[in-house]
Amino acid sequence: MSEITRAVPVARPRPIQAVPLRHPWRNLLAFALIFLLLAFIIDAAQREAYDWPAFALYLFDVRVVQAAGVTLALTFLAMLGAVVVGIVLAVMRETDNPVLRAIAWGVIWFFRGTPVYVQLVFWGLLSSIYQTINLGLPFMEPWLVLETADVIPLFWIAVLGLALNEAAYMAEIVRAGLLSIDPGQTEAASALGMGWWLTMRKVVIPQAMRVIIPPTGNEVISMLKTTSLVTAVPFSWDLCTRTRDISAATLNPIPLLLVASVWYLFFTSIMMIGQSRLEKHFSRGQLGHGTTPKRRKHREPAERGPMVLASPEAVAAPGGGAGAPDGAGMPEGGGR
Amino acid sequence: MSDIKVSAQEVHKSFGDTHVLKGIDLEVRRGEVSCLLGPSGSGKSTFLRCINHLESIDSGRIEVDGTLIGYREHGERLHELKPAEAAAQRENIGMVFQRFNLFPHMTALENITCAPVFVKRTQRSEARQRALELLDRVGLADKADAYPRELSGGQQQRVAIARALAMTPDLMLFDEPTSALDPELVGEVLDVMKSLAESGMTMIVVTHEMGFAREVADTVTFMDGGVVVEHGTPEEVLVRPQHGRTKAFLSKVL
Repeated sequence: MSEITRAVPVARPRPIQAVPLRHPWRNLLAFALIFLLLAFIIDAAQREAYDWPAFALYLFDVRVVQAAGVTLALTFLAMLGAVVVGIVLAVMRETDNPVLRAIAWGVIWFFRGTPVYVQLVFWGLLSSIYQTINLGLPFMEPWLVLETADVIPLFWIAVLGLALNEAAYMAEIVRAGLLSIDPGQTEAASALGMGWWLTMRKVVIPQAMRVIIPPTGNEVISMLKTTSLVTAVPFSWDLCTRTRDISAATLNPIPLLLVASVWYLFFTSIMMIGQSRLEKHFSRGQLGHGTTPKRRKHREPAERGPMVLASPEAVAAPGGGAGAPDGAGMPEGGGR
Repeated sequence: MSDIKVSAQEVHKSFGDTHVLKGIDLEVRRGEVSCLLGPSGSGKSTFLRCINHLESIDSGRIEVDGTLIGYREHGERLHELKPAEAAAQRENIGMVFQRFNLFPHMTALENITCAPVFVKRTQRSEARQRALELLDRVGLADKADAYPRELSGGQQQRVAIARALAMTPDLMLFDEPTSALDPELVGEVLDVMKSLAESGMTMIVVTHEMGFAREVADTVTFMDGGVVVEHGTPEEVLVRPQHGRTKAFLSKVL
């Protein structure tokens, strides 16, 4: 190594006495914030208005736990519907058929462009706008007439309203994921005789997930909190509405607000952990994640060497003749 | 069985207003290595992509083993095949791309076993065994568990060749397989292609590697402006070209 560095004779500089830059004001700010936070916690623990005994009483109250379950179910079902409808809308927007494209565009335009609260009120009024559901062929006597209010419970109206609103956002997220895949990938799959669905399942979707998951995680968390708007339907068994109803009876709103917040935070935390697991799973083959699956052995750093050095060698090779490959090693050797 | 593997007659293709292929005729015999040369924009890559129907054609016909590619003949008309039928035709035609197009989320081994397992329904263990043999054949036996990101360009392209061979094709299409490689990595890919040619594979190679064309090709076809300008043995086309356009091109690249 040392002989190579001598190839260009330069004087060796004296090693510097490196003193890192200090940040006194930044440190001061950090201490001030810690002090304020501690003061706030100590004060809050003693303050009467928070009514911690009531908080402890209601945190695991049967009604509250049930409402938390309902909120979770609303979130899960609405997101499930949104993902399915969103994928359909995303694929429709990318087809060659102009009618399908326009319809998908219109649906996204409408559901993204009006407030979700207004949409939920509308869905709640479904049974007064369309009082009966008639099954049968157009222009003929219906075979079966059903009362809308009897057929669709309010819970499902809430799920429907939330899902259709969210589908508009999911469609754009899925579309961004699909567009992020190099067309060469689908071409290579086609050339291997893979059909459309197989290509989507094995090649496009696993790669698109990397782009789709982070914003979808955002949407799930946002959905968890948006479920508090289902009171517009009106559906009143979700966490927010239920705790508000309880506090209306006890005339003690603050501890119940805290109870609801803690439950929302608990679910959000679990979702964030799930998201980071999923992101790891779909980052296979990415730099820094190459060794994710357990069966991968540890790689020697030397194995990466040739790839990193490839371009300097390539530049050096044509002009340099026999000496060129050695010359390419220089930047590395000189640093030691 | 006829001696002709690939036959193209009067193939025309336009992208919008651009007439890219203006009546290409070509015949490739079984076991022949055929190189397509020409300046960029001459339509050689487009023509290659028509042979496995990655591109549709506007008129003319392309046959592989006497079977019409991408279309079904119905009286006087040609009806485009459904995607699934076109996919089935591609199973026996391997293709190697300029930019490798390996699947980045799969290891080298998974890239190779993917199509046999999911398209041909080969047993996983059998596909794996065959993939390891193919990796050995392209000199990458120790890279089975590497992801494409961890391989050099030359190694990636050799995995891509192994991936195409895993479907046991009897025709291989190469679309400028060494154009995206650093100069010192070109040789390893050409060596693999050379040994493939020696094993008797029918190959159509779009390339700028004159050395490869002269040494390995049985026939060389020079295309320019969407037509075949000259066709013959490497000796005829590369050493004693008859047309001015061929001469002008060769004087620039040699």
